[in-house]
Amino acid sequence: MLMPRVIPCLDVRDGRVVKGVQFQGLRDTGDPVELAQAYQEQGADELVLLDVSATPEGRANAAETVAAVRAALALPLTVGGGVRVADDAARLLDAGADKVAVNTAAVQRPALLEELAARFGAQCTVLAIDAASRAGTAELSQGWELVTHSGKQRPGRDAVRWAQDAEQLGAGEILLTSWDRDGTRSGYDLELLRAVCGAVSLPVIASGGADTPQHMADALDAGASAVLAASIFHDQDMTVDEVKAALQALGVRLRRDRAMIRTSEETPANTQGDSA
Amino acid sequence: MSEVLIVRTGTANTASVMAAFERLGCGPRLCTEPEEILEAPRVVVPGVGTFAAARDALGSLAARVQERICAGRPTLSICLGMQLLAEGSDESPGARGLAILPGHARRFAPGVRIPQLGWNRVDAGDGCRMLESGEAYYANSYRLDPVVPRGWAMAQTHHGEDFLAACERGPVLACQFHPELSGPWGMRLLQRWLDTASRWEAQAC
Repeated sequence: MLMPRVIPCLDVRDGRVVKGVQFQGLRDTGDPVELAQAYQEQGADELVLLDVSATPEGRANAAETVAAVRAALALPLTVGGGVRVADDAARLLDAGADKVAVNTAAVQRPALLEELAARFGAQCTVLAIDAASRAGTAELSQGWELVTHSGKQRPGRDAVRWAQDAEQLGAGEILLTSWDRDGTRSGYDLELLRAVCGAVSLPVIASGGADTPQHMADALDAGASAVLAASIFHDQDMTVDEVKAALQALGVRLRRDRAMIRTSEETPANTQGDSA
Repeated sequence: MSEVLIVRTGTANTASVMAAFERLGCGPRLCTEPEEILEAPRVVVPGVGTFAAARDALGSLAARVQERICAGRPTLSICLGMQLLAEGSDESPGARGLAILPGHARRFAPGVRIPQLGWNRVDAGDGCRMLESGEAYYANSYRLDPVVPRGWAMAQTHHGEDFLAACERGPVLACQFHPELSGPWGMRLLQRWLDTASRWEAQAC
C-alpha cells in the first residue's frame, strides 16, 4: 500500500533558504544543502525546492543549488520556480531534479503541461496551484480562485476547475498551496483539499498552514497523498522523525528509515566550504 | 574504483542515478559508444518518461542491452528501464520491448491515485539474493504483472492490484522503483548489486 509522504519545502532565493508569510517578508533560514541533508537524516520522504529568486541572476544559480543538493540527496527532489518552457525543465532535471513544478507559466499557457508530460512523462510534471478563498470577495462567495505571480495577481480562475483541466493536459501531481494559510501555521485548508482531491485522481500534496502533526493527519484524511511543511521544520520546532512518530501515534502508516546515508568524504567538506 | 556505465535513455533522471553511484565511490559515466554496452563491467539502464520515447532513444543500443542481459552480465534496469525488458506497453502500443520478461506493461486500474508517486512496499520472494523486503520510492502509471521467467527471482508490491516490484537473476537486477531515490534502503540495494557484480567478475575471470 502506498504510504503518505512528509515533505519539507525549501524556498530558495539567491542560494539561501527563506520563508515568509503569504509569500511576503522573506527571512533567511539556512543553507539548502545543509538543510536537505538534515531532513534526509531525519527521515524525510521527499524534498521540494522552490526557487523564489527575484532576479534573472538568482534564477541562473538555481541549477547550481539543485546540483549541490542532489549530490547529497538519495530522495526524490521536486524543483519549481521560473520554469516557462520545456527547456527550463530540462536544465533542472539535468542538474538533479526528479520532478519539475510549474505554476504561473502554466496558467498563462496551459500547453506547457502537455509539452512537459510528452517530453518527460506525467510522473515528472507537477502543477503547483496557489489558491485563495473567494469568501469575502465581492462577486463570488464560494470556492477558491487562482493566485499567480507569487501572490501578486488573481486572474479570476477557479482553482478546482484548473486542477481538473491540468489532469487532462498531462500533469502527474498537484502541489496545492492555500494562499490564505501559507506561513500562518493555522492548519491546512481542509475544504480546499477535499474539493481538489475529490475532483482529480492525481496525487495531491497539501501545502500551506501546517503547524502540528494533527494538521497533517487531518490533511491526509481529507485525501492528500503527501503533506508539505516549511516553518515547522526550519524553526526546528519538530524534526521530521518526531512529526512522523506523532503521525504514527495518530494511526497514520508511513515509512520510518533514519539510517545515515554513506557519502563520499569530499561531499561534507565541499558543502561546508560552500556555505561558509 | 568500479566503473558504472549509464545508458542514455533520453528523458531519464540520469543526474540522480549518477549522484547515487558517486556517493558509493564508483565512477559513473554516460555511454557514448554503442560497443561499450557489451564490454562495460556494469551497465545501468535508467528510465523516466514514456515507453516509446525511451525505446526510440535506446534505438540500436536495445539489441546490445538485450544481449548483455541474456548473457547474464551485471546490469541494472530502473523503472521504465525495467518495463523496456517486457514485450511491450499499453502506453505505446506500437513500440516493442526487449521481451526478456513476459507480458505487457498495463496502466493501473482505476480506483487508485495515478501516477503512483511515493513510498510503497517491496516484498522479496523466494530466491532473492540482492533484493530485500523494505520500502522504496515509486513513480509509475504503468506496471508489469508479478510473473518472471524460470531462473529469475522477484519481489512484488500492491497499488490497487499486485504488480512486479523488482526481479533479479545473478548480477542482473531490474526495479520498478527507484533505488537511487529510496534513501538508505535504496543505497544498500545498489551496494549489493555492485558487490554481486564484483563477485560475478571474479568468477568469470
